[in-house]
Amino acid sequence: MSLEKLNDIAVILNEYDNSPDKLIPILQKVQQKYNYLPEDAMTFVANSLGISPAKVFGVATFFSHFSIVPKGKHIIKICDGTACHVKKSENIIQAVEKKLGLAPDRHTSADFMFTLECVSCLGACGIAPVVVIDEEVHPQMTPEKVTALIDETAAKEKANVNS
Amino acid sequence: MSNRGYVTVEGKQIPIENEKNLLELIRKAKIEIPTFCYHSELSVYGACRLCLVDIEGMGIQASCSIEPKDGMKISVHTLQIRDIRRTNIELLLASGNHNCATCVKTGYCKLQEIARKLGVKEIRFKPTPAKQGRDTNSHSLVRDPDKCILCGDCTRMCSEVQGIGVIDFVGRGSKTQVQPTFGKHLNEVECVNCGQCSRICPTGALSSKSEVSQIWQDIWNEEKKVAAQIAPAVRTALGEMYGLKEGENSTGLIVTALRMLGFDYVYDTSFGADLTIFEEVNEFINRFEKGRNLPLFTSCCPAWVKHAEHCHSDLLENISTCKSPQQMLGAAIKEDFVRKGGKRENISVVSVMPCTAKKYEAKRPEFSKNGDPDVSNVLTTMELARMIDEKGIKFLELEPSSFDLPFGFKTGAGIIFGHAGGVTEAVVRYVLGKVSPAADYRPVCKVLQETKELKELEIDLAGKTVKIAAVSGLKNAHKLIKDIQNGKKYYDFVEVMACPNGCVAGAGQPVSNTAKDIKKRAEGLYNADNQTQLHKSQDNHYIAKFYEEALGETGGKKAHELLHTHYHNRKRIKFNSAPAAADKINIEVCFGTSCVLKGAKKMLADIRKYAKDNKLDAQIKMTPSFCFEKCNKGPVVKIDGLTIEQATMEKVEAALDLKTKASVK
Repeated sequence: MSLEKLNDIAVILNEYDNSPDKLIPILQKVQQKYNYLPEDAMTFVANSLGISPAKVFGVATFFSHFSIVPKGKHIIKICDGTACHVKKSENIIQAVEKKLGLAPDRHTSADFMFTLECVSCLGACGIAPVVVIDEEVHPQMTPEKVTALIDETAAKEKANVNS
Repeated sequence: MSNRGYVTVEGKQIPIENEKNLLELIRKAKIEIPTFCYHSELSVYGACRLCLVDIEGMGIQASCSIEPKDGMKISVHTLQIRDIRRTNIELLLASGNHNCATCVKTGYCKLQEIARKLGVKEIRFKPTPAKQGRDTNSHSLVRDPDKCILCGDCTRMCSEVQGIGVIDFVGRGSKTQVQPTFGKHLNEVECVNCGQCSRICPTGALSSKSEVSQIWQDIWNEEKKVAAQIAPAVRTALGEMYGLKEGENSTGLIVTALRMLGFDYVYDTSFGADLTIFEEVNEFINRFEKGRNLPLFTSCCPAWVKHAEHCHSDLLENISTCKSPQQMLGAAIKEDFVRKGGKRENISVVSVMPCTAKKYEAKRPEFSKNGDPDVSNVLTTMELARMIDEKGIKFLELEPSSFDLPFGFKTGAGIIFGHAGGVTEAVVRYVLGKVSPAADYRPVCKVLQETKELKELEIDLAGKTVKIAAVSGLKNAHKLIKDIQNGKKYYDFVEVMACPNGCVAGAGQPVSNTAKDIKKRAEGLYNADNQTQLHKSQDNHYIAKFYEEALGETGGKKAHELLHTHYHNRKRIKFNSAPAAADKINIEVCFGTSCVLKGAKKMLADIRKYAKDNKLDAQIKMTPSFCFEKCNKGPVVKIDGLTIEQATMEKVEAALDLKTKASVK
């Protein structure tokens, strides 16, 4: 484990007074930093809080919010709740999977740029089908619109790198 | 006895005494309520939904989670309860793989027993296919997740009793599983192989890893001699498998049975225990005189040793370098065989142990010579019974016989090793026996405290007081170590046994054991001690002879080569620290972010100043160090291995004072 990573996590632990009761907010912060919960980070958190790593792993796997595998830089959430499903969210999911080369057991693109998450109801049934990319909500999606959005995000990313 | 009213159970009034829950109270009314997840030694979990009762006005409730109250009226067996219970069992049987005929736990499985008692004859639900393989990577334990019923007993045993928590629930809802940390194999995590999880597992989801087939192969191999050694705690427990009373000593029958199984020599691990006492006391007295690496921690229990390697790596210097009795005897048997003209690979040693961790211990690379292990295979008490049954030996009808010499000879001190505190008592007998050989062997010592888990005592050694503790259960051990490190307690000698109550309650022992049975097994060992003629290890003249012929001096070069070992740091996150200076007091100040924020830099400066002011510069080597992983207890300072948590200058000065005085002395 690198010293830098260790120090980053130690700062987070201090923010929460190294209290085992604050495990969930601590893990949230760690996930924010690394996009997922790395194993050594969970071990370090557990050791520092005086609880077992298995307990931390248990919490990390209980909540679907936490990920124990690395995620892409951009998170695409596609709603597959009843309303969106009726409005053919299935087709949107397939389009994204095809575009990013994903499979039912592979949710992150090979370049770690995108991760696809299917969620149940985002509470925006009026504008179904809904896709959320990072924090931005996109209403009334179609397969064409969603692939265009992905291209757009990727282009922005490229521009950022070049600038 | 305080009477807090009555509960009516099936029309009968039962007084409430100190029962924590209805389940205990109903059991007092002589009714056995079925349950998987309730154990008096663990916390109440309420997962299995079998201990259901109908409480008037409250409906159907899990009796384990309800406090008895005056005036409660309870039915334990109604149509509805019967239906729910049977359905629960059917659902459990339908999920996973519960194939009794080939299951290692058959006959001792609670799921099997309860299904039989409740008369479940058919499973109306579609079986879910078995999907996960078994984890057989550990040397000690086999995990079969397809037999797991998610009662959580193992997870609570591991965290609540042993304080390790290496297995826990993973996932949620129908996808919930019990898994080792990060879904790894058991041998890749900090599991110490104590097997207490398998002892408490109601099904075959966790069991000891059988080596029976390899042992038969060795027995049938005509070129090979096979020696057996049996541990103290086995002799008062194996009989339980054949209907003998708990704690009844069946040593003679076991020896005969082992010979009938085809073992060429039958030896007693108690000889190894006596030998351990010779070496360990010698080591202890050396350290005590020099005031170095105290307290000395015992090394008989392989689960404790592994735990220390994982979690108390700063104590590794304090653990006795003596091998455990099993390994000492294994090495001695091989050495003796070779010395008498045999080839090392032509003899294999099989030990019969009450323990699953001993299987792992035998496989430690330190205990092999050119790839040939000192102890080839380890049988648990239960597995020996399986071998006896497999060959069809009628155990109870056997004529008792005695061990082979020389390694079958032992004193009572070697027998009591099987109970927590036994090693300590054997050490005390040896030490006091050296001082006054004519005195009664029963140790005269001041017992400061005696509970089930911890015994503290003091003895007088050449005018100096020796403080001794014997602790069992790793969580209790952890607490004791903390007290020592925080300076709350001081000891010169500490015995640690990983399983509560010691080896008599090991995971290799017959399954159906209650606290009462375990006590009986321990009493059986002390009875056996009473019945032997010799009670102090130094009176074992076969050991004296073995030293003379093969080992040389106690603690000498040959003895060291054969009977001592070393340990490794197995910390989860590894850092390199600066090498210690042997002739100086080594002070390390944690410079992890957390400790720095809590004033570690100032601490380092203050200690430097203090050292200068007190002219200690020359004696002290000071280094800032990488994170000690104790961020919640910062700042952390280590002085020659002594960890000071939440360090203040007062604490550091006090510790330094002690150190400098000790070095002047």
